[in-house]
Amino acid sequence: MSALIAVALTLVALGAVAVVMTDDPSRQAVTLSVFGLLLSVLFMTLSAPDVALSQIGVGTAIVPLMVMLAIRKTRDKQ
Amino acid sequence: MTRTVRFVMFAVAGGAVAAMLLLGVLDLPHFGSSLHPYRDAAVPAAVAHATSNVISSVNFDLRGLDTLGEETIFLTSVIGVAALLRPAEDEDERTPPRGGRLLDMTRLFGYVFLPVTLAIGFITVAHGALTPGGGFQGGVVLGTGIHLLYVAGSYHAIEKVRPVEVLEYGESIGAAAFACFGIAGALVAASFLGNILPLGTFGELFSSGSVLYLSCAVGVEVASGVIVLLAQFLHQAIEVESDVEAANA
Repeated sequence: MSALIAVALTLVALGAVAVVMTDDPSRQAVTLSVFGLLLSVLFMTLSAPDVALSQIGVGTAIVPLMVMLAIRKTRDKQ
Repeated sequence: MTRTVRFVMFAVAGGAVAAMLLLGVLDLPHFGSSLHPYRDAAVPAAVAHATSNVISSVNFDLRGLDTLGEETIFLTSVIGVAALLRPAEDEDERTPPRGGRLLDMTRLFGYVFLPVTLAIGFITVAHGALTPGGGFQGGVVLGTGIHLLYVAGSYHAIEKVRPVEVLEYGESIGAAAFACFGIAGALVAASFLGNILPLGTFGELFSSGSVLYLSCAVGVEVASGVIVLLAQFLHQAIEVESDVEAANA
């Protein structure tokens, strides 16, 4: 189990770096979504399925969607 | 306030928070140790109230007041978004463009997973007291799942099945129902949000006393709230056009 946790933690760290390294905000919404999914995998391995479920819904679906819509709106204005 | 004063204030406050956090973290039990004082207290309390999902017991029974606070934060956030994103004076509503290209695969996956996702959402809310999940998680699944209709179908399709005016009431009713349970608990069980319903048999659907109903109230609030929230964003992005945009177009 601790090997799984180590793998999940590493993936989360890599995912976080990927989000920070993404330049274009609309691409960042996608990497953020993947990062959210990796975080929920970590919560699963730490036996916190309730938190993992919230994380999938909020971090993987709602937040990236709101970011995308906000970018679309502001891009129209420029 | 000058830049220096602001920086000094931040340094003092930030330093104090950092020091307290560090002290707190150093005093935590080690990662992965078998010492869990909160578990030892929460699990018997949950079992005594016939709630098999201990997390739901903590959220809706042992620390129900915290959840009421969180629900209020969610409610006010959605109200704030609705107030901020309403069309401004220099903005006009336009008819959203119809059509657009869509991959057959996207359409297929959308329509296949729409009913599956909604079913999972309902199950997650209804079984919140039994298995991982609950009103918040299930509500988020329901609120986002319905937008598969937008992904696979069209903006017109999602507009038809999403009565925002009704859902605005749904959100408030869910939050109010939670508070009413709290007051009823204070009157009948002598503590705010105290259990007032029969506990039932451990592990069955109608067990856990008020936890099931509080989970459903939160489910109604969160599902409605998420749809109202995303509706504001979609409306701004698709239907509202400012004078600047109109001039550019």
